[in-house]
Amino acid sequence: MGLTAERKAYLEKLCGKFRRDVVDALYKAQTGHPGGSLSVCEILTTLYFEKANVDPQNPEKPDRDRIVLCKGHAAPMLYRVLAEKGFFPVEEMKTLRRLNTRLQGHPSVKHTPGVDLSTGPLGAGLSAALGMALGLRLSKTGARVYAVLGDGDVNEGMVWEACMSAVKFKADNLVAIYDWNRVQLDGKSADIMPQGDMEAKFSAFGWRCLTCGGHDIKSLCDAIDKANAYPDGRPVMILADTVKGKGVSFMEGQNTWHGKAISEADHKRAAAELGGD
Amino acid sequence: MPRRNWGAIEMAKAIREVYGEALVKYGRDNPDVVVLDADVSASTRTALFQAACPERFFNVGVAEANMAAMAAGFASVGKIPFINSFATFVTTLALLPARIFGSYSKLNVKFMGAYGGLSDAYDGPSHHAIEDVAIMRALPNFRVYVASDEALTDWLVKHAIESEGPMYIRLSRDVFPSVYGSDTAFEDGNGKVLRDGKDVTIVACGVMVGFALEAAKALALEGIDAKVVDMFTIKPLDEELLLVSARTTGAVVTAEEHSVVGGLGGAAAETLAAAGTLVPMGFVGLADCHAECGSYKELLSKYRLDVSALVAKVRETVGRKG
Ligand SMILES: Cc1ncc(C[n+]2csc(CCOP(=O)(O)OP(=O)(O)O)c2C)c(N)n1
Ligand SMILES: [Mg+2]
Repeated sequence: MGLTAERKAYLEKLCGKFRRDVVDALYKAQTGHPGGSLSVCEILTTLYFEKANVDPQNPEKPDRDRIVLCKGHAAPMLYRVLAEKGFFPVEEMKTLRRLNTRLQGHPSVKHTPGVDLSTGPLGAGLSAALGMALGLRLSKTGARVYAVLGDGDVNEGMVWEACMSAVKFKADNLVAIYDWNRVQLDGKSADIMPQGDMEAKFSAFGWRCLTCGGHDIKSLCDAIDKANAYPDGRPVMILADTVKGKGVSFMEGQNTWHGKAISEADHKRAAAELGGD
Repeated sequence: MPRRNWGAIEMAKAIREVYGEALVKYGRDNPDVVVLDADVSASTRTALFQAACPERFFNVGVAEANMAAMAAGFASVGKIPFINSFATFVTTLALLPARIFGSYSKLNVKFMGAYGGLSDAYDGPSHHAIEDVAIMRALPNFRVYVASDEALTDWLVKHAIESEGPMYIRLSRDVFPSVYGSDTAFEDGNGKVLRDGKDVTIVACGVMVGFALEAAKALALEGIDAKVVDMFTIKPLDEELLLVSARTTGAVVTAEEHSVVGGLGGAAAETLAAAGTLVPMGFVGLADCHAECGSYKELLSKYRLDVSALVAKVRETVGRKG
């Protein structure tokens, strides 16, 4: 199924709204992670609105595709996307990170409809996604598993253990999407843990690698379609080129905006850039 | 810097800030001190040490197990490595190196647990450390300390550098009530009596120490005279002080920002039971559950880790005295 120009425009408009709402929610909460949330916007929107088989009317249906946000600190964007999809009311964004909320600081299966795995500690998500993929394959559901990784996540050794295991067990229903913004908490990946040739590394581990524009919905759709169409039992890593803090000029590429509370003045500037009032 | 008003007592500095400064203060001129961090140096405040001594600072990326095992290597060639991340990651992901290289091999590694307890409040249970003390206390040869205020935090860093052997030190993201003057002398294995009393002993650690002093004041008004001990040295536990306090006051209430399973309360109960000193005991701690996200103060209150919870538990425990 191709992405029509109309649909693409619609999804882009949604993303604009999501960015604004997430910045508003983070401003209201005075805690949380702007950079990684803005970075993952198109990836999650494409998955939930175009590619994944999920049904908010039936959030637990066994044959649904699973989406694992390995970089759990981007929860605010996940919540906004899930809300738009119909898993819970958009107004609940106001309760982000507050006592008694369903929208916990990091994704929690226990609390939030539509969340498939509780995450937060980096590094463990891909292995869990692999287990899901192998389990779903055993159950012959036809379901696929999408794991969304970040740079910090990929620092962890367990990710590379998962990479080897996924190849060994021919996890052809597993697609990893790497939100590759090359910035983590303390700084640029180049300074914190240099990445070298990531494509060559994942390829050497036996994965198929695709690259795409991580803020380009058409490019993401094409990559995911391609990943899902391979017939030969190899897991696929989509290296999605992204910008941390995308959409708010003074946050873009800045590790200082990884987990900083948004001041009133900065919120005004961000809101002016994102529009939507 | 966040300022927090804990009722009557106000403090200026978060424990993590004090820690970062102490690392610089005691580590700058000691060429053996090396500091490792796992992409959270802005949070743990080891960034201060990086700025002061860049050649002895190693940011390994988000790779806590790697960091801990590297520390073992540093220690085996005579360095004094401090590893740093959130307490929950230091005591889970880095646990295997802690066990084989620290506990078993007795290498001189210093495991620093930033964001102890619920202090990384808004990030939620995935980032809270509620069982770190229980985990590390179970490791033979590890010494385990919980920082309860600024002055003690400063001393713990100095002590970790001076005293050889594997250690786990729990810190905090937040500001704690002040209980010590800056010239207080501390000793390994010796708890601190902060208030004398004859009816019950509150044995506390971490943020609960300041709360215990507040609780003792409130209890005095209802005629309960509570002794307050800061048992910052969880291992080695100050058994003598605990036993004497239990015998003279006839009741013990432990208080910790930790699960009631296996932490300070567990350690105290083991000691009292082994000595046959069977007095009524109460345990203030997280009731074998995970918390949730919210402000630190809200969480401490909802999960019964505050002054009022302490007062209630002491009252109830004293009521069980023969
Ligand atoms: C095991 C573990 N160690 C440390 C952290 C703290 N932490 C949260 S996010 C982060 C950096 C993440 O960087 P990246 O994955 O690149 O995120 P993004 O740029 O997409 O926001 C770190 C170190 C954590 N959540 N888990
Ligand atoms: Mg990144």
